[in-house]
Amino acid sequence: MKRQVPVIITFIVGAVLIVSVFFPPAERLGENFSVFFDIIAVFAFFLGGGNLIRIHGNKIYRRQKDWAFSAVTLTGFIVMLAAGLFKIANPNGITGDVAATGSLFQTLYYNIFYPLGSTMYALLAFYVASASYRAFRAKNKEATILLIAAFIILLGRTPLGVYATGWVPESFSLLQIPNLAIWIMSSPNLAGQRAIMIGIALGVISMSLRLILGVERTYLGVDNE
Amino acid sequence: MDTFGIWVAAFLTLGIISFLYRDNPWYKVCESIFVGISAGYWFVTLFYDNILGLFWRGVTSPDPHYMLLVGAVLGFMMLLRLVPPIGWISRWPLAFVVGATAGLYIINYFSSNVMLQVQSTLAPLFSTKFGQPIFEASLYDTIGNLVIAGGTFTGLVYFFFSKEHKGVFGGAARIGIWTIMITFGASFGYTVMSRMSLLIGRMEFIFGDWLRLIR
Repeated sequence: MKRQVPVIITFIVGAVLIVSVFFPPAERLGENFSVFFDIIAVFAFFLGGGNLIRIHGNKIYRRQKDWAFSAVTLTGFIVMLAAGLFKIANPNGITGDVAATGSLFQTLYYNIFYPLGSTMYALLAFYVASASYRAFRAKNKEATILLIAAFIILLGRTPLGVYATGWVPESFSLLQIPNLAIWIMSSPNLAGQRAIMIGIALGVISMSLRLILGVERTYLGVDNE
Repeated sequence: MDTFGIWVAAFLTLGIISFLYRDNPWYKVCESIFVGISAGYWFVTLFYDNILGLFWRGVTSPDPHYMLLVGAVLGFMMLLRLVPPIGWISRWPLAFVVGATAGLYIINYFSSNVMLQVQSTLAPLFSTKFGQPIFEASLYDTIGNLVIAGGTFTGLVYFFFSKEHKGVFGGAARIGIWTIMITFGASFGYTVMSRMSLLIGRMEFIFGDWLRLIR
C-alpha cells in the first residue's frame, strides 16, 4: 500500500500522458493532468510556507543562534502574505487586482523584492570576475579555447570590440570582433548547444522511462514513515 | 517611486553589496528580508494564479469543471505530510507529479530537444536549403554549416562513454570537447554581460535615483 500504490499511480499517469499524444480522445485527460499538476504545485508551496514558519518559529521560540534574523524572515513573509491576500491599501478594494498600482503588495515588490533580487544577482558579477580570473588562466588547450571564445563574446558585445577592429577592411569583415562574436554564437556555439541538448534529452528520456516503469523508486524515500 | 521607497531600496541595495567586504549583520538582515518577502510573493502569486484563477473559477463557473476537484484532493493529500502517522499518503500526489513530469518530459524532450535539433542539423552543407543548386551557398554559410554539422556530431561522440575514447573515435571526441568548450565560453561571456548589466542598473539607481549624481 505504501510503496505499490505510488508506483502504480506513476505508471498510469506517465503512460496516459504518453498515450494522449497518439489518441486524440485521451488528449483531454492529458490536459487535466497538467492542471492537476499546477494545483498540486500550489499545495506543495503551502507545505513549503508551513515549513518556513515551523523552522523559523522554532528557532525564535528556542532563542537559538541568529534567531533575530529568523524573526526578520518571518515578518517579511507574513507582511507580504497579508499585503497580497488581504489586498491591503489596494485602491480597488478586495475585488481589485492584487498588483494594482498603489497597493501595499506592489509597493513592497518595487521597493524591497525587486532591488534585493537584482542586487543579489548583480553581486554575482564580482564573483564571476574572480571565477574568470581562475578560469582564464590558459592551462591547457581546452581552457584556452574557452578563454578565447568568452573573450571574443565579451568584446563583441561592447563598444571596445567595435573600435578595436573597426579598421579591418570590409572584405575581411568576419575578422571584426562583433561579427566574429555573431559567427561564434551562430555556428560553433550552436553546434555545442545542440550536442548538449540532445545529450540531456536522451538522459531525461531514459530517466523518465525508468520512473514510469518503476525501476527508479528513490523518490518514494525510505520506509520508516 | 516615492522618496521613502527609494531610501528603503537604497538601504537594502547597499546592504547586499556590503557582503563584498565580508558577511555582516546588515547583509544578513537584507538576506532574511529577501527570503521572507520572496516566499510571500510566490505564495500570493501562485494562490491567485492557480487556486483562484485555475481551480476556484473552474469549479464555480457556469460550466463547472469538477475534474479539478481531483487535483485539489491530491494537493490536500500533499499536506498530510505534516501528520506523521498518515504522512505516507503524501507519496500519492508526489507519485502523480513524478509520473506527470516523466510522461510530459518524454514527449516534449523527444520532439523538441531530439527530433527538432537533429532535423535542424541535417541541412545541406553547400547550399542554403534543399532543392537549391549544390554549391549555391556562400563560403561563410558553407563553413558555418560544416561547423554546425561536424560540431554537433563530434559533441555527441564526446558524450558517448560506452566506448573508450581512442583512435578515430577519440579524435572525434576531442573535436567534440573543443566545440563544447566554445559553447561554455560563449555562455560564460553572456552570463558575465547579463550580471554586469544588472550591476550597472543598480549603480544607476544608487547614483541616479537615490544620490541624484547622474541624470
